[in-house]
Amino acid sequence: MLSSTAKNLYWLARYIERAENTARILEATNRIALLTRGRPQGGAEWLSVTGIYGCEMALRERHANPGLEELMHFMAFDEHNPSSIYCGVRAARNNARAERNNLTTDVWENLNGMWLELQSMARQGGPGGDWHGFLDWVKKQAQLVTGAAQSTLLRDEAFNFLALGNFIERGDSTARILDVKYHILLPKGEPVGGSIDYYHWSEILSCVSAFRIYRRVYASAIEPWRVAELMILRRDLPRSLHFCQRQVNFHLEELAEAFAARHEAHRLSGEIYSQLRYGRIELIFQNGLHEFLTDFIQRNGRLSDQIERDFLMK
Amino acid sequence: MAGGRFFDEMRGMDGTVREPYREVARWIEDTPDRRMEQKRREAEILFRRLGITFGAYGAVAGHETAIPFDLIPRVLSQAEWRRLEAGLIQRTRALNAFLRDAYGKREICRAGRIPEAQILQNEQFVPLAQDLDLPGGVHAHVCGIDLVRTGEDEFFVLEDNVRTPSGVSYMLENREVMMRLFPRLFADNIVLPVGRYSEALIETLKAAAFSGASDPCIALLTPGQYNSAYFEHAFLADEMGIELVEGSDLFVDESRVYMRTPRGPRRVDVIYRRIDDAFLDPLSFRPDSMLGVPGLVSAIRSRNVNIANALGNGVADDKSTYPYVPEMIRFYLGEEPLIPNVPTYRCAIAEECRYVLDHLRELVVKETHGSGGKGMLVGPAASQAEIEEFRLRIQADPAGYIAQPTLALSTCPTFVEQGIAPRHVDLRPFILSGREVVIMPGGLTRVALREGSLVVNSSQGGGTKDTWVLGT
Repeated sequence: MLSSTAKNLYWLARYIERAENTARILEATNRIALLTRGRPQGGAEWLSVTGIYGCEMALRERHANPGLEELMHFMAFDEHNPSSIYCGVRAARNNARAERNNLTTDVWENLNGMWLELQSMARQGGPGGDWHGFLDWVKKQAQLVTGAAQSTLLRDEAFNFLALGNFIERGDSTARILDVKYHILLPKGEPVGGSIDYYHWSEILSCVSAFRIYRRVYASAIEPWRVAELMILRRDLPRSLHFCQRQVNFHLEELAEAFAARHEAHRLSGEIYSQLRYGRIELIFQNGLHEFLTDFIQRNGRLSDQIERDFLMK
Repeated sequence: MAGGRFFDEMRGMDGTVREPYREVARWIEDTPDRRMEQKRREAEILFRRLGITFGAYGAVAGHETAIPFDLIPRVLSQAEWRRLEAGLIQRTRALNAFLRDAYGKREICRAGRIPEAQILQNEQFVPLAQDLDLPGGVHAHVCGIDLVRTGEDEFFVLEDNVRTPSGVSYMLENREVMMRLFPRLFADNIVLPVGRYSEALIETLKAAAFSGASDPCIALLTPGQYNSAYFEHAFLADEMGIELVEGSDLFVDESRVYMRTPRGPRRVDVIYRRIDDAFLDPLSFRPDSMLGVPGLVSAIRSRNVNIANALGNGVADDKSTYPYVPEMIRFYLGEEPLIPNVPTYRCAIAEECRYVLDHLRELVVKETHGSGGKGMLVGPAASQAEIEEFRLRIQADPAGYIAQPTLALSTCPTFVEQGIAPRHVDLRPFILSGREVVIMPGGLTRVALREGSLVVNSSQGGGTKDTWVLGT
């Protein structure tokens, strides 16, 4: 396998995962905007979504006074916004096209089909107001691609790079979702706010499809520190940081075995993993949730860079 | 010009069905139009599905328009093919001998058969390829030799392609689609298979390795996904199970070529390159090339890597060299050419140029460096203005042009909008030169879909047909 192949697959998986996460976040944003409409303060809170991607400035440059519709369009279809779903799917599809030989027809056709349809929607100027339907569609399409990869690809070295991209991106995304909302995830023991806060937490849980799971796991009212525990430390929630990092670690180990070589990436990954594996939510809150999350995002980013150096740029 | 009378592959000159086409003719007869129409649609769907697989490599919109495929096969009898095969092997051996000589002692020039200037002054001559002494003496590992037919026993070589000939993937796919659509036809006819091509190609490439390594590492070098033949590159790499690489996937260290892999560098022994000489190595040729591999030529000269086809092959297939090929066959092999050239007038020679200028209306004029059916004048079909434009161009640069009589290219029944009608065809067989010379029976038949058109190139509205060589 070529390094360029490994790199294309790694980024293909990241782009697709990112498109799905963006759809999840926008879905929640859309919902919260509808729920808080007409309330004082509530009106512009949904703009915090731009904080997740660090693209608030770019949005303001395009729209002096962006409303929900402008925000949605910017994050979904703007081809000058590298964080948009449109750009992500396009990049994923370009990578897939270059690696057509290394993918199955199922993966390629699902991804290519998604791109062609997205393109035609973009030409029509968006989903005609049906954002809920559109975001649902994006999520489903992305899951089709990931599912086709899971169920048809040969488990060779190349697959490990695809999986690494998948889980590095997912971990990054979950951390960002939590971080943007950290200010409402008050330390344990603080008085819980009113109904707006409740919607915010359920919004966060919905982003990772974990609203029901929360109920099942904790069988209690939604409490901020438990939301954080679920999304950071739970070993069995497929979008938690712990779960993602365990996968990253696993696939790096697979590569170590296949190539009979270990690199700095393996050490970095193990370090992050042990922190999540043995971490406790009380300590995380004591030292500051925001600090913990930014530290994770930075270390995850360093790990990604290191994977590039160790495998993808040789 | 044959005055509008053309030899038809199915019905000859007199309209009776020729023996090799007996079954095909019956099949056309027996198949109701409706069913044929349905099969045409099925073929389209099959190609579109392949198109999703392959055409997606196309440039802009992501859907390369596939070259039109015609359902009616072009059929050659066993005896016809044996003759052609012998002629093609002969010609390929002579071309390889010539390339060896052109980049060696140039004995053919000392013997006065070809002027030395024809080689040394040729734009395609690559001085860096002098004295390379390649494995097996092979320079043209993959050749595409274009043949045309004008009568029952009249075949001509129209041109040689010994640089990076393409189209072989169509030969393979056309057969694949035909067998899926019409299994009965293949039961009623014994058609020699072509599917072994990729295997023969990989053997040919292995034989090109410098080091006697038993399992040389081979890679296919493509200009990338925006190249019009990219799908063929991807297809062949896939079929052969070798890496499809771009220039940036390779690097040269101490005159050795390596692939970048997540395991670390991997040594490469043979590169099947589908990139032109000019873009191959920015250190030796065009410095602005982003497609090539810096240092590749030094690695070749150090005998650490070989490329197929070799550097500088253009001196052998250039249209100004073409008239000398029969002489090469006589000089190197001591044989008479089995398949003749089309008579060719070289405008570089004053006398012949005068003849050409006086007979533009009857001739086909080609640029010596042109390819793909562009930069070409088909006299009988041209307007007065086009003729006058070519007259000026030839007068300005006589050495840049050759001319040939307009050939009465054979026709083959073809589906067109009005039904089935004869359309002109040519044939490009692919010849592999490794430890031995191998040709898949048949080749790629190209068909000019426009009525009366003699230009079969796909860029000029040509299509393709499955080409059969019968086993009995």
